[in-house]
Amino acid sequence: MTVTTLEKSAATEAATVEFRGLRREFGATVALDGLDLTVRPGELLALLGPSGCGKTTALRMLAGFEQPDSGDVLVDGQDVTRVPAHRRDAGMVFQSYSLFPHLDALDNVAFGLRMRKVRTAERRARAAELLELVGLADQGRRFPHQLSGGQQQRVALARALALRPRVLLLDEPLSALDAKVRLTLREEIRRLQQELGITTLFVTHDQEEALSMADRVAVMHVGRLEQCAAPAELYGRPATAFVAEFVGTMSRIPGRLSDGTVEVLGQRLPVDGAAPPVTDVDVLVRPEAVGVRAGGDARVIATAFLGAATRVTVRLADGTEVKADLPTHEAAAFGAGAAVSVSLPERPVLVAERTR
Amino acid sequence: MARLNLWRWGVLGLAGLYFLVPLAASVVFTVDVPGQGITFDAYSQIFSTGGFGASLLLSLELAAATIAVVLLLMVPAMVALRLGAPRLRPVVEVVCSLPLVVPPIAFVAGIGTVLKWGPEHLSRTPLFQTFVAIQNPDFPFVLVLAYVVMALPFVYRALDAGLRAVDVRTLVEAARSCGAGWAQALVRAVLPNLRGALLNASFLTLALVLGEFTVAQLLGFQPFAVWIVNVSGSQAQLSVAVSVLSLLVTWVLLLVLAGFGGRTRTTSRG
Repeated sequence: MTVTTLEKSAATEAATVEFRGLRREFGATVALDGLDLTVRPGELLALLGPSGCGKTTALRMLAGFEQPDSGDVLVDGQDVTRVPAHRRDAGMVFQSYSLFPHLDALDNVAFGLRMRKVRTAERRARAAELLELVGLADQGRRFPHQLSGGQQQRVALARALALRPRVLLLDEPLSALDAKVRLTLREEIRRLQQELGITTLFVTHDQEEALSMADRVAVMHVGRLEQCAAPAELYGRPATAFVAEFVGTMSRIPGRLSDGTVEVLGQRLPVDGAAPPVTDVDVLVRPEAVGVRAGGDARVIATAFLGAATRVTVRLADGTEVKADLPTHEAAAFGAGAAVSVSLPERPVLVAERTR
Repeated sequence: MARLNLWRWGVLGLAGLYFLVPLAASVVFTVDVPGQGITFDAYSQIFSTGGFGASLLLSLELAAATIAVVLLLMVPAMVALRLGAPRLRPVVEVVCSLPLVVPPIAFVAGIGTVLKWGPEHLSRTPLFQTFVAIQNPDFPFVLVLAYVVMALPFVYRALDAGLRAVDVRTLVEAARSCGAGWAQALVRAVLPNLRGALLNASFLTLALVLGEFTVAQLLGFQPFAVWIVNVSGSQAQLSVAVSVLSLLVTWVLLLVLAGFGGRTRTTSRG
């Protein structure tokens, strides 16, 4: 699998994408509530969020299938908000299988070239090249119904790349596939994207997918951007309570806030970031940060074996449930019902206003 | 399994008898003249009677025009309906089913009344010439208009079934993201996947137009069905021979249409 010189020349001119104050309402529901976001040239940016957060709407606006009520979409500084979808120069892979059922794989990939009136021989050659790029060189004469789901999405990817678009749009392309195919295709999309250096927007509701593939992840919630950061930063320093709980697992432990420190589990810890203006707060902790020792007034209520680690769910004396990831050999000592105590490392902690 | 097969053959045989016995009886009646043995006089008489070719040709022209008009009207409308206003679907369904409810007699009475406006009210306006033109006996376009309305329920159902089977929105969006404009997306991505539905709609329309009698007769034109009735008149054998022949003609045309549809499918693979 080689990337041709043609592909590389496309890579040198990777585009910048900007969303400026995008707003869109569907009847009573607000899909986008002033979205501002910049995608840097050549990066893979994942739009992550629960369903209905507006991530797909944002993607479809960039593709030209949806018009914002207000706000602009810019590609390389040019306003494309009013440009019709077929002149946007954006390749798209859809969630559902979207190949043209009446065309074989090769003709599917060549479809865009046919629309551009490229000569038959030339477009066949180019389509074959692209099929080779996605590892389906020998499947060109097969029709979509003869291909597996994973193969169909590969063909769809080749089709999206056929016109050398400035932006690649992926709308949950893996969600219809089974787990194993999803993993391999995930890696392959990432590899291709990096080889071609094409600016890519990837919509997903699967945080693992987003964290493992993307250069940066934009977490969205009710039509707004919560945080846009590299995966490690998003996980380690979530900007909001929503991000903290949506990305990875978070436990909330009640604590009391006073002059910049928080009292929790009998410890006094500094607050990370801005503290809310209340005294009753929840401390947000990742399972891997929680320490568990034998003896105490908390009880283990469940354990789940995850491989190298075991996730122990502990119920504190006040009824709060805390999840802790322990090395499996340590967790062996704690069966369900064991009396334990829970501690946090002496590090600044993230706090949020108590919701219950 | 054997039992099931037996049942199947039994039902098939009964259904076959139900269709074939009257047909065979008709054929026997036309060729077996008492006292003369087997003779094909009844059939040769049809061809010697004037107007056979002309009326059949007229019916075929009317059918072709009707199919063209009704598909040009309905395909874009139904695709637009599916993409733009799915909530209007029941309304359109009801409107398209109305011709089933209105009897052709009532329908043609209405058309007749409207056609009379021409000489009665519009004789001094240029519109009068339009009224004359659509009633040209060589190609009465007014019949095409009537048949388009009468074919609506069948065409609607055939196209609706076809559109249900494909994800029109995704196909159109995929085509558009590949650089196809609206018209190209429709022609290149949607229509090829509606081939079966288009063929079905054409079948039904063709059969409808070839067999339609009431409207054509009452408006005073002479396509194939009207000619059959006129020519058979009092001659029993001739009338049955003509019916058998019209059945054969319709069959052959449907087979030709099916063959045409099938062939284009295989060539598209090449």
